[in-house]
Amino acid sequence: MFSSDTLLLATIALPFVGSLVASLLPTNARNAEAWLACGTALCVLVSLSLLYPAMADEQIVRSEFEWIPSAGLSFVLRVDGFAWIFALLITGVGFLVFLYARYYMSPEDPVPRFFAFLLAFMGSMLGIALSGNLIQLVFFWELTSFFSFLLIGYWHHDASARAGARIALTVTASGGLCLFAGVIVLGHIAGSYDLDRVLAAGDVIRGHALYLPALVLILIGALTKSAQFPFHFWLPRAMAAPTPVSAYLHSATMVKAGVFLLARLWPVLGGTDYWLYIVGSAGLVTFVMGAFLAMFQNDLKSVLAYSTLSHLGLITLLLGLDSPLATVAAIFHMLNHATFKASLFMGVGIIDHETGTRDIRRLSGLYRFLPVTATLAMVAAAAMAGVPLLNGFLSKEMFFAETIATHNGSLLDDALPYVATLAAMFSVAYSLRFIRDVFFGPPATLPRTPKEPPHWMRFPIELLVVVCLVVGIVPNLTIGPFLNIAVASVLGPNAPVFDLAVWHGFTLPFLMSIIALAGGVATYAVLRVYNLDTGPLFVLAKSRLSVGDTVSAWARRILGLLGTQRLQTQLRILVCVALVAGFLPLVGHKLLPETMELTPIDPAFALVWIIGIVCALATAQQAKFHRLAALILMGGAGLATCITFIYLSAPDLALTQLLVEVVTMVLILLGLRWLPKRLDEGLRQADSSTLMRRYVDLSIALAAGAGLAAVSFAVLTRQVLPDGIADHFLERSYTEGGGRNVVNVILVDFRGFDTLGEVSVLCIVALSVFALLRRFRPAPESLSVPERKRVQEAFDVDHPDRQPGETFADYLLVPSVIMRLLFPVIGTFAIYLFLRGHDFPGGGFVAGLSMAIAIILQYMAMGTVWVEHRIRVYPLRWMALGFAFAFATGIAAWLVGYPFLTSHMFIAHLPIIGDVHISSTLFFDFGVLAIVLGATVLILIALAHQTIRTHRKPSMPSAVADGVG
Amino acid sequence: MNAQTFLLWSLALAELLFVMAMAFSVIRMLRGPSAQNRVLALDAFYVAGMGLILTFGIQTGDTVYFEAALVIALLGFVGTSALAKFLMRGETIE
Repeated sequence: MFSSDTLLLATIALPFVGSLVASLLPTNARNAEAWLACGTALCVLVSLSLLYPAMADEQIVRSEFEWIPSAGLSFVLRVDGFAWIFALLITGVGFLVFLYARYYMSPEDPVPRFFAFLLAFMGSMLGIALSGNLIQLVFFWELTSFFSFLLIGYWHHDASARAGARIALTVTASGGLCLFAGVIVLGHIAGSYDLDRVLAAGDVIRGHALYLPALVLILIGALTKSAQFPFHFWLPRAMAAPTPVSAYLHSATMVKAGVFLLARLWPVLGGTDYWLYIVGSAGLVTFVMGAFLAMFQNDLKSVLAYSTLSHLGLITLLLGLDSPLATVAAIFHMLNHATFKASLFMGVGIIDHETGTRDIRRLSGLYRFLPVTATLAMVAAAAMAGVPLLNGFLSKEMFFAETIATHNGSLLDDALPYVATLAAMFSVAYSLRFIRDVFFGPPATLPRTPKEPPHWMRFPIELLVVVCLVVGIVPNLTIGPFLNIAVASVLGPNAPVFDLAVWHGFTLPFLMSIIALAGGVATYAVLRVYNLDTGPLFVLAKSRLSVGDTVSAWARRILGLLGTQRLQTQLRILVCVALVAGFLPLVGHKLLPETMELTPIDPAFALVWIIGIVCALATAQQAKFHRLAALILMGGAGLATCITFIYLSAPDLALTQLLVEVVTMVLILLGLRWLPKRLDEGLRQADSSTLMRRYVDLSIALAAGAGLAAVSFAVLTRQVLPDGIADHFLERSYTEGGGRNVVNVILVDFRGFDTLGEVSVLCIVALSVFALLRRFRPAPESLSVPERKRVQEAFDVDHPDRQPGETFADYLLVPSVIMRLLFPVIGTFAIYLFLRGHDFPGGGFVAGLSMAIAIILQYMAMGTVWVEHRIRVYPLRWMALGFAFAFATGIAAWLVGYPFLTSHMFIAHLPIIGDVHISSTLFFDFGVLAIVLGATVLILIALAHQTIRTHRKPSMPSAVADGVG
Repeated sequence: MNAQTFLLWSLALAELLFVMAMAFSVIRMLRGPSAQNRVLALDAFYVAGMGLILTFGIQTGDTVYFEAALVIALLGFVGTSALAKFLMRGETIE
């Protein structure tokens, strides 16, 4: 037999493994996907059922794995009766939904994505059910929100699906964050995040000063997930999802996670007035409102969505009533609702599939086309309405009995039976409307002539409806033992004795059921006469209290007041805040506490700085209207910086600065070609307010610049700390890093992980630039061939003795030869820089840049087409190669038992050259080289390709992709 | 005046002259009038800068300066030629 560790781990891991496999199958493999998903679900079911003996003994099965031992967190899987029942529900409904989805999804839909998400969702749900650690539970909780987002937005070409997915994610994920905070508070109170220890600390928690914050935060999490008022609005919009998703996530499982958590933590958090009022009133409002609004929906899925809201409200209300029997009823109704609502959703899916519409007003008389489906849906709808002999009736009667019982004698408590009966009437009315309007009446003209679906598509509904019936008729033989197991694990020794019989005699709850049924029929009769489109009730229902809309409207208004889309304003705020933040720490302190003696001024060097400053200022002044002049002046400022670095003995920086300077120059020139010319007519004259603004901006800029200068001066003249970080690196560079160039050793060894992060960012930037340029549309005025080029070409055309392009070739003859000859020279130089980088100025970054310059030079000399006929640079492959090298170096250290990216020195015996000291960081540095080379060339070539692309075909955006690939 | 002082003085003078050359190039960069003037001024600026770094090298005897000068000599012209190509054809890479 398997150990419980293996079983539990398999339960949680199998769906994720299945999801991974599912994502790798071909796009149209509907059958393979369904087999895989159903097989996974069955395996999980089997491993869960193997736990039955332990569950029947009311044991708690735990297995613990180390997760973050340093933080005292372990990965705990814990199954008790309640979690077990919930896991069975998740897997069972999952299995049926997977089977159904096989037939529901059309051949055009990319199914691997769908099934992979569904399976991963199932795994996350099981994670919630089986978590024995609260932090871990929150993790899986957020995962379900995430997969729900992906599944609602599965048809991402549909705007309403995207909007629905966004709203669902916003609401449930922010609820999840609140839950996280609440759980941390709870763990703080209880002294542990372990569920068993938290459950044992109920009295401590309820008596603690932080009880209320913890309760409110956790309730926000649970109520958002279960779509309870006022967070209910996301659920109806989530109906844009494919129907299997609605059946699985938004009726049977995910929305139950909230009530699951409420029931789970009820022994700890419940039993106070706060609990009763918050949970009870949220449940009550949702219960009544959902049922009321469901009557007025015309979309079948909306009817079901609002009905789901109402039933979830009922469960929440039961949990809020804070009595053991109510909790029993809540758990029972969780199971019942999952069965009939999932089958109804699937039934609606079939109707939608077969007729092409879900609009109740258009559907009619479907019974004659779909007799079997219709019968099944009618039984399920009757269960939803609470008709006797069906499972919905049993839990609803338990609910009625609970509403009659007195809890705290408040007004709410007294009104409860009446309100409950009223809402039950509504639910009878919408169920009746669903049955009568869709299946009976004259046959309607429909987009498609409906016929019965394949048998296996109907099979899940058949099975669920049979469950509804069997549970409704012989509850004690079927659901009884399971319910006992679940209730015992939640309530422990306080578990009440309950009786699931169908007939309790002529009691008050039964009378309430009868009144609800009769009242529901009457309500439906009134509804039919009442004009649904213009009646005030309908208008009220239409103008439903959509908190989501209100919130976004307010958010937009606040954003309009406080935010801005203007770059100038944003920058102004940013700089001002930075300025204030920079000055704040100085309050009460001197900026220059102890100053070092200043070096005497070297007049030549000072002049270089003045030149640099003049260049920088002139760049700023010219940037607006004379971009080329600004660019040239910027080159001047760059060289001044470069000389400064050399003078102050930072050759590494100087080298990098120079190369970056060169690449930037080419890059901006490439971009300049596509920027429309900016005319300064009229812009120079400005009224007084504009002038005022400019002076304010100027003073802000001066203040910020002076501040930065002061800070740099303070840092540079500060007394050197005796045991500062500089000495630390200088001492250890050779002994531990094996290199004499401290800068390089820091980059590739001491701070190698940072470098890895930085080159990743570089790759992301390069890829984004590449992706953006693929869709680049130049301004119309810069589309034409540049004037000078046109003149030169025209000259060739006008003279019969000249070939086209000859003038240009003549002009560039000498430079191009030199530039071509320089390719191997610069290449060798790059290799030299790279190899010596560990001991002398150089390294992968500058080597990569120099290599990129060598390549760019060829493009400049001979043009894109010529170069790409001779050498093909594959920037993307270089980048991939670089990553492979960098990660492989890191992992190699791992494999021999050291932390990631630990360096190692070894001596290689090379023929002819002799013994060479090689550090493993050389390979890492090569990775950096390849990434820098790839990223730089990718951006530059993508820009350069704009020319041939636009000249060949003005509207074809794919040339870059073909060229660079 | 021995060789040492002579070298010192000539280095100081050379330094000053190189910096002045840079200053004059910058004036040309600022005043133009045509874009070609500015590009040539930038090139002259680079050459003068390279010379300045060489004098630093002679002063200290540190090879790093010569290497830096070498890099400017090898790659400094790329920016100039890109600018020149831009002026001649309207685009840097075609």
